[in-house]
Amino acid sequence: MSGPAWFRALLVGALALTVVFLALPVVAIFVDAGPLDLVRSLGDEGAVEALRLSLLCSSIAVAVIVLVGTPAAYLLATRRFRGRSTLMTVIELPLVLPPAVAGIGLLAALGPRGLLGGLIEDAGLQLVLTTAGVVVALTFVAAPFYVRQAQAAFEAVDRSWLDASRTLGAGEARTFLRVAIPGAGGGLVAGLALAWGRALGEFGATLMFAGSFRGITQTVPLAIYERFSTDFTGALALSAVLVGMSAALLLAVRLLSGSSWLGGARAAR
Amino acid sequence: MLRVDASLVLGRFELDVALEAPAGRCLVLAGPSGAGKTTVLRVVAGLVRPRHGHVACGERTWLDTERRIDVPIERRRCGYVFQDYALFGHLSAWRNVAYGLRELPRAERRRRAHELLDLFGVAHLADAHPRTLSGGERQRVALARALAPRPHALLLDEPLSALDARTRAAAGRELASVLRETGVPALLVTHDFTEAALLGDHIGVIDGGRVIQHGTAADLAASPASAFVADFTGAVVLTGMAAPGADGLTHVVIDGGGELLSTDPGSGPVAASVYPWEIALARGDDGRGGSAQNRLAVEVTSVTHLGNRVRVGLAAPQPLTAEVTAPAARDLELAPGMAVVASWKAAATRLLKL
Repeated sequence: MSGPAWFRALLVGALALTVVFLALPVVAIFVDAGPLDLVRSLGDEGAVEALRLSLLCSSIAVAVIVLVGTPAAYLLATRRFRGRSTLMTVIELPLVLPPAVAGIGLLAALGPRGLLGGLIEDAGLQLVLTTAGVVVALTFVAAPFYVRQAQAAFEAVDRSWLDASRTLGAGEARTFLRVAIPGAGGGLVAGLALAWGRALGEFGATLMFAGSFRGITQTVPLAIYERFSTDFTGALALSAVLVGMSAALLLAVRLLSGSSWLGGARAAR
Repeated sequence: MLRVDASLVLGRFELDVALEAPAGRCLVLAGPSGAGKTTVLRVVAGLVRPRHGHVACGERTWLDTERRIDVPIERRRCGYVFQDYALFGHLSAWRNVAYGLRELPRAERRRRAHELLDLFGVAHLADAHPRTLSGGERQRVALARALAPRPHALLLDEPLSALDARTRAAAGRELASVLRETGVPALLVTHDFTEAALLGDHIGVIDGGRVIQHGTAADLAASPASAFVADFTGAVVLTGMAAPGADGLTHVVIDGGGELLSTDPGSGPVAASVYPWEIALARGDDGRGGSAQNRLAVEVTSVTHLGNRVRVGLAAPQPLTAEVTAPAARDLELAPGMAVVASWKAAATRLLKL
């Protein structure tokens, strides 16, 4: 690093401030919640229920997002059509929606008296205040993270790879599965991690749309909030577990996308 | 026989071409960048659909906009070598080659991919990933991949342009023999006339979306249809055997007769190139006494006027082209059948190892 000393000091100072400010709360959680508290809170039935629910609901939500979002992102990335940029804006909108607004929106759309409420009821489904509702809320807030990232990843795949695949006798579906997805691999996994992280931490929309019932809709963030006023130590312990889960997820994704079978496509360019 | 007849409009660019490439022959489309060369390949492969057009390969019609025939890309069986080779980065070399061999059983697929890599001398790289290969190695893998499904036609987009000068000559020679052996029509695109002359049986010069002239390399150089073609054809190429001489110059015995000198080092088979405007013409022995070391008795085969300059086709006995000014051509009274002496400096003669 070159330049005058005062500028170097400014850069280093700014980075130090950023790191300290962002890391301090996370560190504090682990410092305040001792190992004993952690073990005790994990023995608590409500906490275990919340953890199970969080993992279950976020896994289902992410699976749905990947299954539907991947082909959708591929279409947006590879075709130019009228209204494409409008569609992209619509998909990105939930990113900037306040969670409470998202919850209200979901109620207005899928609630008993919502736009599609009748249809859902006729189909014999119950979303509001149920576990299925949690999955719907998580999917709604997390999907844009994945679709955006996946679209960028598909756009970065060399067009001539797709063309080459076609001239080698592969149809569009095979080209998508055998060339586009492996080619975009690293970006897709990164998008998956972002979406999963967002789903694990989701609070507002879940509370509004599905409520906070132990064992049914109370995910870890909701359980933390419930404990917050009565059992601060318990809340801290659960927070530590959530931080651990999210960090493990991030790390796993980093390792996966760094390995040769996914990183290969990007390194080749 | 590959027949293409297509017209399309892409923004402000208009393409209108009609071409034929016989089986086992290589038709080269040569022209500056932006001339529409790659678009022609994409039309043949089906990657671009022209508004009006007809593309047929032998008995098979791939595109006929009037009869509403448009065979999907994957069913045309066109081997396509892309400019940057487009090897799949997530697959090893042999899996790249095997990609187009889906109909074969697994073991057979693997065997045939290795066989093809062996044919191109890169069998030892079968398990290597494209990012670890050199330009020349990638080109071979790309050729092997394109030929693997036994294509009905071969399309090559600037197959040598990604290579450095040293590997280009060897790769070009190999490619020329591969193109002759495959027995399928080949359509090759290049912006380099020397490359076109070495690889193509027939060359079409394309500019602004139109084929402005076609013929053999010698035809084009000797009687260009326009000043553009004259400039584009650039140097003429003579092949021969080189050996270092006692005078410090390289002596090249021209295939078919005659000898020339070059300041470039070289030995063995070479391509000697010289620009038409470097060649001076004189009647009888008038050319003696100058500083030009190269003197060949030649016969004028054609005289083409291009404004203030004149292209003169010569038989030496390999075709040679000179470019002289219009007044000089008048003074010499140049006409086909006339015997003249062509002279040029050894320093103006470039040698390319073949």
